Formats: sequence, C-alpha cells, structure tokens
Amino acid sequence: MTAIEPWQTAEIAGPKRASVIIKPEVADAMIQRAKHPVLIIGHLAAAIDLDDHKMIDYLLLLAQKGHIPIIGTGNTNRELQKRGYREGGIMPAVDIGQRLCDPTWKGLDGKEPYDLAIFAGLPYYMEWTILSGLKHFAPHIKTMTLDNTYQPHAHWSFANISVKDWLENLKAIIENLEG
Amino acid sequence: MLSIYTTLNPGVERLTGKGINIRFKELQSDIGFIKDLELSIGKLSEERWSEPQGPTPFPSIIALRNWDRQLLKRYPPFYLPFCDLCCLCTYGKCDLTGTKRGACGITIGAQQSRMVLLATCIGAATHVSHAHELVECAIRKYGAGFPLDPGGLAVEVEAPVIRLVCGIKPEKLGDLEGVLEYLESQVTCLLSSVHTGQEGDNLDLESKVLHAGMIDQVGMEVADIAQISAFGYPKADPDAPLVDLGMATVDTTKPVILIIGHNVPPAISIVDYLAAHRLTDEVTVTGICCTAIDVTRYTANAKIIGPISWQLRYIRSGIPDVIVVDEQCIRTDALYEAEKIHAPFIATSEKNCMGLPNRTQDPADAIVRDLVSGKMPGVLILDPAKVGEVTVRVAREVAPERRKVGSLLSTKEIIELARNCTQCKQCRRACPNDLHIPESMKAATKGNTTMASDMYEVCVGCGRCEQACPQNIPIHTIIISAASRTMGEEKFRCRTGRGAIQDVEIRKVGGPLVLGEIPGVVAFVGCANYPKGGKEVAEMCVEFAKRRYIVCTSGCSAISIGMYRDEEGKTPYEQYPGSFDAGGIVNVGSCVANAHIAGAAIKIASIFARRNLRGNYEEIADYVYNRVGAVGVAWGAMSQKAAAIASGFWRLGIPVVVGPHGTKYRRMLLGRADRDEDWYVHDRRTGNEVYVGPVPEHLFFSAETKEEAMVMIAKLCMRPNDTGKGRAIKLTHYIDLHKRLLGTIPDDIYRYVRTMTDVPITEKEEITRQLHAHDWVENTIPDPTLLLWQIKKQEQ
Ligand code: SF4
Ligand code: SF4
Ligand code: SF4
Repeated sequence: MTAIEPWQTAEIAGPKRASVIIKPEVADAMIQRAKHPVLIIGHLAAAIDLDDHKMIDYLLLLAQKGHIPIIGTGNTNRELQKRGYREGGIMPAVDIGQRLCDPTWKGLDGKEPYDLAIFAGLPYYMEWTILSGLKHFAPHIKTMTLDNTYQPHAHWSFANISVKDWLENLKAIIENLEG
Repeated sequence: MLSIYTTLNPGVERLTGKGINIRFKELQSDIGFIKDLELSIGKLSEERWSEPQGPTPFPSIIALRNWDRQLLKRYPPFYLPFCDLCCLCTYGKCDLTGTKRGACGITIGAQQSRMVLLATCIGAATHVSHAHELVECAIRKYGAGFPLDPGGLAVEVEAPVIRLVCGIKPEKLGDLEGVLEYLESQVTCLLSSVHTGQEGDNLDLESKVLHAGMIDQVGMEVADIAQISAFGYPKADPDAPLVDLGMATVDTTKPVILIIGHNVPPAISIVDYLAAHRLTDEVTVTGICCTAIDVTRYTANAKIIGPISWQLRYIRSGIPDVIVVDEQCIRTDALYEAEKIHAPFIATSEKNCMGLPNRTQDPADAIVRDLVSGKMPGVLILDPAKVGEVTVRVAREVAPERRKVGSLLSTKEIIELARNCTQCKQCRRACPNDLHIPESMKAATKGNTTMASDMYEVCVGCGRCEQACPQNIPIHTIIISAASRTMGEEKFRCRTGRGAIQDVEIRKVGGPLVLGEIPGVVAFVGCANYPKGGKEVAEMCVEFAKRRYIVCTSGCSAISIGMYRDEEGKTPYEQYPGSFDAGGIVNVGSCVANAHIAGAAIKIASIFARRNLRGNYEEIADYVYNRVGAVGVAWGAMSQKAAAIASGFWRLGIPVVVGPHGTKYRRMLLGRADRDEDWYVHDRRTGNEVYVGPVPEHLFFSAETKEEAMVMIAKLCMRPNDTGKGRAIKLTHYIDLHKRLLGTIPDDIYRYVRTMTDVPITEKEEITRQLHAHDWVENTIPDPTLLLWQIKKQEQ
C-alpha cells in the first residue's frame, strides 16, 4: 500500500500537504542540507519491531551517522539509556512543538535554532497535531517524519508503506549518510 | 469595577426576572446598583452573612479579563490546528493555512480559540441546563424553601464556588434559580462571541474560554448541591459506601435495567418504584457513566457497570433487559444497538429524544403493552415518575422471554467471520488507538483469539472499526466475545461519590498543603478516551496515593480506577481511605461533583487562610494559583464538557494534564521554563519583584505517555509559596519519578531551588553540581501574588 492519504482515514488536513519521500535520497538530501537538524523520537519507536531490532535502534544509528542530536519524548529516554545513549535531550512533545515555533529558540543544546525537525515514533494522531502546529506557526523550520505512515502536515513524509519497504528505506538513508 | 454590570444588559435584565428585584435603571449607577443587589439578594441570606462583598459579584464576560491576561501571558496558547479550514458561514470554506485569513478576517490561531470557546460553551450549557433540570425537579418535589445541605454539620461553606463567583450565599433550593439565570445569560453572551465577525482576537477568545469554564464550574456546583440536598446522597462523607462495579456483579437470573447518562431523576424514579412495590431484590438496576455513580449515591443497591466506553460491550452482552437513557455522553446509536438485542428502549430527556414518539401523556399500561409486544422498539417519556413505573414493569415482563440473548459469538463463529477478512487495514486506520485488528483477524482464522481478546483492555468501544470494514465484520463484537472471560471477571468495589470536602478536613490539610508538606492534590477526572486503557489511570492514582498526595477522583475516571485490583485482590478504593488527607483516594462523585474539587481549593483560601470569598474571584484565584499545589488529570478527556471543566480549573490557577488524545483540543497553554523573565511575582510583603521559577510550568499540557504524565504531575504541584521543607518534599517526588520513569535525574532542578533548604538530602551532591553549573544564586521565598493591588492591600 503506497496511498498518499493520511494513515488515520479521517485525519484530512487541508490544502497544504506533505511531499512524499519517494526514495531515500530525498531524506538524505534534507538531512545533509540542514545546518542544525534534530531527531525527535516518541515512545512507540521502542515498541515497533523492524527486523530483529526495534525502530529506535535504526533511529539511533541514523542519529549517530548523521550527527543529529536526539530529543526523546514520552518515556523514550529510558530506552535510549538502556542502549547506552546518554546524550539524549528529554522534552515532552508538546513542549518541543511550542519551542520550535519560536524562531529565536537555540535548541536544547543552546547552539542555534534547529532548521530541520525529524519526527518518528509518536502516536500518529499526536504527531499529526504537533506537525500541524509547526506547519502553521513555524514557517522557519522544515519538518520530516520517518514513520511509515503519511503525515500530511509535515514537509516531507513517507506514504503509507509496508514494513519491508520502510526498513529498506531506513537502511538506505543511514547508509547514504555514511557515504 | 461595578460598572461591569452596565455592560451585562441581557444577563442582568434576565436576573431581574425571578424576584431578585434589580431594575435595569438602577444598573446605570454603580453605588445604587450594588446596594440594591445586596438588598435584593439579601432576601436569600444576607442578614447572616457579614462578609463584605468583593469587587466582582456575578462577573460579566469581561470582568476578569485582566486576570485572564495575566495567565495567558505566562501560558500563551500553542495551537495544534485540527483542521486548516473554517466552514462556519457561507463565505467558507476558507483556507486559513499559515498566515492566511478567512473571508471574515480571522486567523488560524483565533479560529482555534473560537472552536475551543464553542466547545466550552457547549460544555457549560450542558452542565447549566442539567443543573436547571435538577433544581426544577427538586423544587417540584420539595419546594423552593427546601434547605440546601450538602454536608450537614461538617460543611459550613456550602457553596464555595457560588459564593466566590456570584457573591451570594445560597441557603435554599430557590436561591439557586437566580444563579442559574445568571449562568444562562453568560453562556448566551459567550456563545454570541463565536458568531462570524464577532470576537476575533485570539486572547480575548481565550479569556472568554476561561469565563465559560468558570460558569461551567458554578453550574456543576448548583447541580451537585441541589441533588445532594434533595436526594439525600452521602454528605461530605469519607466513608461513603463501597458499591458493586463491573458486569460480573450482575445477577443475570433477574430482570436487569440499564441506565446511561448523567441526569439522575429517571433513575431515581426507577429505584423508588422498585422500593414502593417491594421489588428491590427482584430487579437489578445497573448504570454506565455518571448516572451510574449518582444512582449509587442514592442507593448502594444499584450497580455501576463501567465508564462510557462500556456501552457497546454491555449492551451487546445481552444482559440488560431494558435500556433507559437520560442525557449526555450516550451513544446516539444506543437505540439501534438495543433493538439488536431486543431490549425495549426508553428515552427520558427533551435534549435527547432519539426520534422516538412522545408517550408522556399516555397511560402506563398502554406504553408497557407496546414495548413488551415489540410494537414499538422505544418511546420517549418525559415524566420521571412514569419512567420508573414503565421501566420496571417492562423489565419484569420481557426478561423471561429475552433470556439475556445478546450478540456475543462463539469461537467457531469468530473463526468463520475472521475468514472474511481481506487484510485491507481499513479497520486499523479507523481505530483511534491504531489497534492491530487485521493481525488479530489473521490469528483468529487459525483459532488463536488471544490477540483479539488482548485488545479488549485498550479498546475505547467507539465502533469505528466496524463502520470502516468493507466486509462488514463485527469487529468490536469479536473483540468482546474473545474477551468474554475477562468480562465475566469484572467484579469490583468502588466508593461512591461522597460530594463535598468537610471544613474540618480543610482545616487539617490547609497548612501542610499550602506549605508544601503534603506534596499536592491530584484529581483524576473526566472521560474514558484513554490511549492504552483505564488501567493507566488506576496506576497513576495509586502511585500518587502511595506517595501521600491527596488524590481525588470523579466521573468515568473514578470508575476506571475502581476496575483494578492489587495483589491482594483489593481495588484502590478498598486499599486507601476516602478522606481528603494525605494518602486518601477521594471519589467526589459524577462529573458535576468536580465542583467540590475546585471548592476544596477555594475553601483552603477561605477557611484556612481566612481570605474573603465573596465576589472576590481574582484574589482567590491568585491565592490558589500561587499556593495550592493542585493538578487535574483528565487522561481520557473526550467531551466538550471536559473542555469546560478544564477551563474552569485554569481560571482558578489549577493546571490540567490530559492524555495524548487531548492534543485534539486544538491548543495547549504552555509556559516557557527557559524564559526567566516570565516567572516573576510580586512579594506582597515588600512589593519587590521576585523570581520564583517556572511554577507551575504549564496550565494545559498533553502527555504522550503515562510516565511523562506522572513526572509532569509531580512537577506541576510546585508553587511559589512552598516552604523550603515543602519544596524539598515536592522535588524528592519529582526527581524520584523522573529517575524511575525517564531514566535520569532531571536537568532542570536548579530552576526550582530557591534556597539550599529546598534541596532534598538524597540527591544533594548532584543537585549542588547542577546549581554550580548554572551559576545559581540564592533567592528569597516571597509572599507571592500576580496582583499589584495585593501589595497595596498589605501596605494599607
Ligand atoms: S467564519 Fe470566517 S473563516 Fe469561517 S467560513 Fe466564515 S468567513 Fe470563512
Ligand atoms: S471499537 Fe475498539 S478496536 Fe474498534 S476502532 Fe474503536 S477502539 Fe479501535
Ligand atoms: S477492515 Fe475488515 S476486512 Fe479490512 S482488515 Fe479490517 S477486519 Fe479485515
């Protein structure tokens, strides 16, 4: 299934909808172009199986290869800690949404405003509402989601793709970053 | 200040209608007006209430705008538009994306606030109208002179919210009528602000949201003190009875009546009819949602089945022989579901006629005959007494025939139906909790129904999956059938609603709460749209009770909390006392009983701190906001009433945490902990501006997970007024929960330490390191207020 329609059928947004990440290079280009990206990982990332691993394991790999700071929402930080990752920032998802709307916010690391926010692993509808907030109120920032469900409010999102396609894409994105 | 009344024309004009004797002309003069108001209201109780009138009795929709602005400055809305469009008028649909404005000029932010105002108006209207019916019903039965008595000798401040908002002290049922007229005028006024081309400023709309919440809170108090007084519910009783909860408590050999909704008079008539005809032991009265709680406040013989999300599963179980609905939160397809199990259906509210013929004037015999014969699947009866008779007679006649036949399926039938599944995933895409239905269907075809039965716990019973399925597979029925064993074990005890908090309890805990030594009051309220089942609410509730917070419960959350047992097989209500004290779990009652939780906070200001309540909203809200560490948690908030209840708490300075579905309320009210300039208060003693840190950090917050919520709840209990000892206790809980649930010591402790006495001993080393890293300097603990005029008051 590659339908370009919201995963939750009734969550129809409005005229401005996300472009589809049709190949991994699209996501890589976004990441590489960003000066200060951030990866926001929701609690479901540690629950979703991808191959023999969890989704969070791939996201960690992505963050490390791409030198992208991580912010864990919900109770994700515990899972990051378990995996030996101790640099993760902790912030609730709604707080991140609010902060990202402020173009002067210098990020959790205090360096400079984030210019790309990558979301993954939040409950679909919560990611949907937060991305909506950003679409309307944070024109200064690009948003991308790496879930396998179409999020119309992001700038970039996968369509609703199978787990197999998803895994292939994630692996390719990570690999490309390495190169 | 008093001239606000001159802007309140429609409302005050209506206030004159019912014997309050204010003439519009008099409203032109502040002094003349207030004098007359006092004189006329004096008919109620003035002679015995010496408290001076405060600045804002019966406030208009803008009377508390300055207070609202103070709150909204700290907690500006973070919008989460649920729709980019507006379709409210024929100019639309308008695309409001980004900076675009609609044809009327409105922005996307203001549009979200407008929708929130609309929701809170719906909520407030619902409670006020509910209150109106209860008061009318009680007056019809006992007369307007019947005394209000929500707490016997234990409660002197009988109506803290009404005293605070309206500046009157109601003593009799009839005194509530004037209050209701005020409330109705306010809802009308607020609703009119939503009209195209009316209020367009987002913060003014938000201020009106807060007003709607306050009006809602008064409405809830009117409703609950009226019903407690008239129906003889437990009166502020910590030992209110433990009642049966759960489907398995029902004796299915007897006729069973199900009542769904919130407005209790028809249910009470059923109970009275049974008692009058010595049938109490022969027919079982069961309920879902708030009517269930309220009917058990009337008689401990009645049984609570479950929260709102139990409607489909209980009806489909086939147990109820007759279904009676009153108002609010009832599935609009309840009649359709009732027909499927051949259970006659009785609607009882003008607000919820369900397309049924109005048989109110017909003789009971004829109605019973038509329902029993199946000539009519359902009827509308607007006379509670007649509902009582018809319901009982019909239940007794149909029960032997029906033999509790429902629509539950055998395993063989489940397997057969699951074979029709094409794995199209439409069900999962319709499910609000993204449950793995297709996978469970696949497993079921192989005879494994465990996946389906596991979903029972987290399914909110919405039925959307069935609507979506192109194969017409009865998915929800499959889930509940697979879980029939779980259903058969639902046998719990729930403490029924005790109503108000006693004055003596407030005297006892007021000091420790305001100083921070009791770490907070956490109230679990609201509906059952939980992200992962009701168990999470019970777990949170028990965690905070164990930590010796004061825990309050109400509504569907109170029911969900009762549906879990510890290792010894006890429910939280059996484990913890019902007293308003550290470590208590206090079920105040149904949704309208939420007013008592607000009332407790208000009474701390009045009874413990001796602040004047009367018409003195701003000062009391400022007191509660700065001193009373209370937090509301509506983990499954779903309705417009829940939105209104939350906004009533916000205006009073009490933060509210909702679950992840709560982001669909279109905006949060979030503080910026990182902006020091936002967190200064005035010191009442010195007039100095003092930095107090981000306490409480947020006013309306949606948590993604239970763990995140628990950490935030502990954090939101901090207040500027905490003593060093109190703050150290609160920080201990915050740090401990953060470590346990999020895996680390929080990195923002330095923001909450004012002096070294605030530092908990256990983590001293790490905290001291944090303080050094942030160039922390010791600060003073002020006598905090946001109100400049409070400083002057001290000086005087
Ligand atoms: S109310 Fe305003 S934004 Fe909405 S449809 Fe009408 S003109 Fe458009
Ligand atoms: S009834 Fe249950 S399984 Fe079906 S859509 Fe609703 S929550 Fe999901
Ligand atoms: S919608 Fe029906 S057919 Fe499609 S996957 Fe779900 S159960 Fe199967």
